[in-house]
Amino acid sequence: MNAWFGASVQRKEDPALLCGKGRYADDIHLPGMLQAAFVRSPFPHARIRNIDVSAAKALAGVHAVLTYRDLPERLQEPIEMLQPNPSILQVFMPHVLPKDEVCYAGEALAIVVAENRYIAEDAAALVEVDYEPLPSVSDCLKGLEPGAPLAQARANSNILAKMSLQSGDIERAFRNAPHVYRERLHLHRGGAFFMECRGLVADWNPVSALLTVHVGTQSPHRLHRVLIDLLQCHDSQVRVVTPDIGGGFGPRGQVYHEYLAVCAASILLERPVKWIEDRRENFLATNQERDQYWDMEIAVDEEARILGLRGRLVHDTGAYLPKGVVLPWIAGATVPGPYVLPAYKLDIVVAMTNKISVSPVRGAGRPQGVVVMERMMDLVAAKRGLDRAEVRRRNLIRPEQMPYAVGITFRDGRPVVYDSGDYPACQARALQAADYAGFAERRERARRDGRYIGIGISNSVEATGLGPYEGATVRVNTNGKIAVYVGASSQGQSHKTTFAQIAADHFGVDYRDVVVIGGDTATISQGHGTFGARMAVTAGSSVHVAAAQVASQIKSIAAEMLEVPETELELRNGRVQVKQVPGTSGVPRNIEGVGLSLREVAVRSIGMSGFAMRPGSKPGLESTAYFTPDKSTYANGTHVVEVEVDVETGQVRILRFVVVHDCGRLINPMIVHGQIVGGVAHAVGNALLERMVYDADGQPLSTNFGEYMLPLASDVPHVNVSHLETPSPLNPLGVKGVGEGGTITGIAAIISAVEDALSPFGIRIRETPISPQRIVELIKEARQSAHKSV
Amino acid sequence: MPDRRRISVLVNGAGYEREVETRLTLADFLRHDLRLTGTHVGCEHGVCGACTVLLDGLSVRSCLMLAVQADGCSIETVEGLAPAPDQLNLLQQAFMKRHALQCGFCTPGMLMTLTEYLRAEPNPTEEGVREALSGNICRCTGYQAIVAAALDAAAALREQGGAREELAK
Repeated sequence: MNAWFGASVQRKEDPALLCGKGRYADDIHLPGMLQAAFVRSPFPHARIRNIDVSAAKALAGVHAVLTYRDLPERLQEPIEMLQPNPSILQVFMPHVLPKDEVCYAGEALAIVVAENRYIAEDAAALVEVDYEPLPSVSDCLKGLEPGAPLAQARANSNILAKMSLQSGDIERAFRNAPHVYRERLHLHRGGAFFMECRGLVADWNPVSALLTVHVGTQSPHRLHRVLIDLLQCHDSQVRVVTPDIGGGFGPRGQVYHEYLAVCAASILLERPVKWIEDRRENFLATNQERDQYWDMEIAVDEEARILGLRGRLVHDTGAYLPKGVVLPWIAGATVPGPYVLPAYKLDIVVAMTNKISVSPVRGAGRPQGVVVMERMMDLVAAKRGLDRAEVRRRNLIRPEQMPYAVGITFRDGRPVVYDSGDYPACQARALQAADYAGFAERRERARRDGRYIGIGISNSVEATGLGPYEGATVRVNTNGKIAVYVGASSQGQSHKTTFAQIAADHFGVDYRDVVVIGGDTATISQGHGTFGARMAVTAGSSVHVAAAQVASQIKSIAAEMLEVPETELELRNGRVQVKQVPGTSGVPRNIEGVGLSLREVAVRSIGMSGFAMRPGSKPGLESTAYFTPDKSTYANGTHVVEVEVDVETGQVRILRFVVVHDCGRLINPMIVHGQIVGGVAHAVGNALLERMVYDADGQPLSTNFGEYMLPLASDVPHVNVSHLETPSPLNPLGVKGVGEGGTITGIAAIISAVEDALSPFGIRIRETPISPQRIVELIKEARQSAHKSV
Repeated sequence: MPDRRRISVLVNGAGYEREVETRLTLADFLRHDLRLTGTHVGCEHGVCGACTVLLDGLSVRSCLMLAVQADGCSIETVEGLAPAPDQLNLLQQAFMKRHALQCGFCTPGMLMTLTEYLRAEPNPTEEGVREALSGNICRCTGYQAIVAAALDAAAALREQGGAREELAK
């Protein structure tokens, strides 16, 4: 049965991609296609007094310049916010094109459509906008101060939502606590920076009244939903289909107003229109994440066991609220992690600023939650004079406590209940793999050579496989070919391979003989998207269920055709055939291997024109399943990192990186390994390199890869990955999500290691990322204060 | 009126003659004029390396170069790597075996950078490969598998002796 599930088979995606035969959005050339460019605000906040498009329109090769006023009435409404929540006080969402106000530098306010992109960009530069600059908010804490400017002129304050997470008796926990420690942390924003910038081709065909949108999105059905609302058309009149996609990591799942403007342009001009974002636009106008301030205090007993944790989180949502309160909620719910936390209270404030909106970036709030908890654990260890691993060990939830109710509600509306996992074993294994016990000696040796090395640990528990569902249709075509259709697209996660592996086992075929088609709203009616490390759990389980149903249908039809009981049939080598079962006399019956091809069964299954179907049979070898997980399944991991810090230059070099991860059963270990190592690279960026800099007015200052540094081959260490496999009881495959774990867990461990390397200076790190400049500053401050205290 | 020039180039051994605007980048020329879309544009400011092609054997950023500057040159792109339509060369095979690509967008640039590197360096070290790749950004893989694939490919090329010609056009 399990020939393919669990095997590190090579990817079906690769041959085309390795030969330059991938097809990404910008590789699509349609007859009559025009190209778009956007006019973007140079101000973080401004009123639009007037837009003069006459010079732009007059340029040869320009077909249209559209602003708010040129849009049909229905497209003049703000985009709907798809994640309502009672804690939201005010909602601000972008317009397809802004009406009279721009709220971040880079907000697009007019679209130019021309023969080619060169002309479109020339024309965009000729659009004259009369702006009235307005006061703006850059830092979210400053925006909460009395008298602060408003980030949106129509807002009554910069607070968009307030909520709390609470479990246990927090007052009592602190009242009786022998030790209470406080910390303020600032986690800075970065971005996804997928290598292929955003882009799409919108193709309105007036003859068939069909809008086809070729767009690299993580959530084709979400865009489809918004478009049929805006266009007030039937669902079959909009088809969102995803080409190859050059990375996603979260922000590619959002419905951007530029997409809608490009669709509007195609409809108005009755021509295909392409827009490909350039990298500067990607820095300005693709959603980012992670700006959060946390003020926390932790109460512990004499043995450093946690009694309670409480505090306040201020979450910067940027100029709009596309994801409601999802991100701070996930961050807050991730804080408890693998630790017994008897009482917890977090007050969350969602604050608006004049920066590009915030939506999930790989980890989606979880990395912040983990950094916060792990920083507090390190703080407790330092204050109590205990080993950091030992403090963690004392507080870990034990496997016999599973399933473990944390006592708070997750953003999926369900209580946070960890389904499975062995956290102490995970940490112990990681410590061993990193030779944690031998570190003291390594440090001593290093110090004798004048080198500063440090080691850091972090643990995380990660909600994965979020609902509500992601469906799959499995069909055996009448030519015998097996096709699997899933709603969401792949941006490198290898769906074409892993879902084929799952299906192939049911049909007894080679996984290369199963075609997987994802991210096309014409092939499956419902879908939510690739996010939250959910596709293996949701779509994977749906593929499993649907394939099992079709396999059973094949046996049922074949049993009738062959006049053999179903129980004696098997699917093998692309055929349904009689199994090797000894007959009643105990000897083979000479009918083993007798069978039918899948084509023969598929042809029988559809019936014959003009004839009645077999009673009780359903037409076609096909089944659609929507596996709806009742709640999230929780993956976990431990990272141990060893670093060396050059105290003169602040340069951090990672010497050792150990990951022990538990994502349940592995569909394809090679692919899982790749997901984890890739996630670790993102963590390296978030911990040490990636800083999206804005000035005091919200003007972005790091808008290229020279100013904003992504991790390079020379920055990312070799990562030593091993797995625990605690199957999830919550889905038929026993899988948990894995796409984000490397990022979620890694940042905290790196920061912890850097702090440890700097322990001779008594430095606490309270921020991410921690750049070489900042390290040198902190060392200097520490030296000065040591000097003063002498 | 835009300034236009006639250029002729050899791309993966095939000759092309086209009239182009002088401001057209080499990347856009390859991608949109010749429809060789395997060369990818990731940043348009010469940092990410996705658009790397070989010009007379040396790697260049095709986003930072104008098509007219390539007049009379021989260009190699990712489309020219495979020895036959249904085959992969040793470097491509190593990428597949090691799972050295996920979304695949940076891959053409990685392959072209490594092609140049492995032609010149038959005995690379891990550090050497990482240094050679430090001008190419990958957001998916964490580089580990790419480095391993490059070392595998170098070993396979050494082993097969004459097969080194596969990379040496």
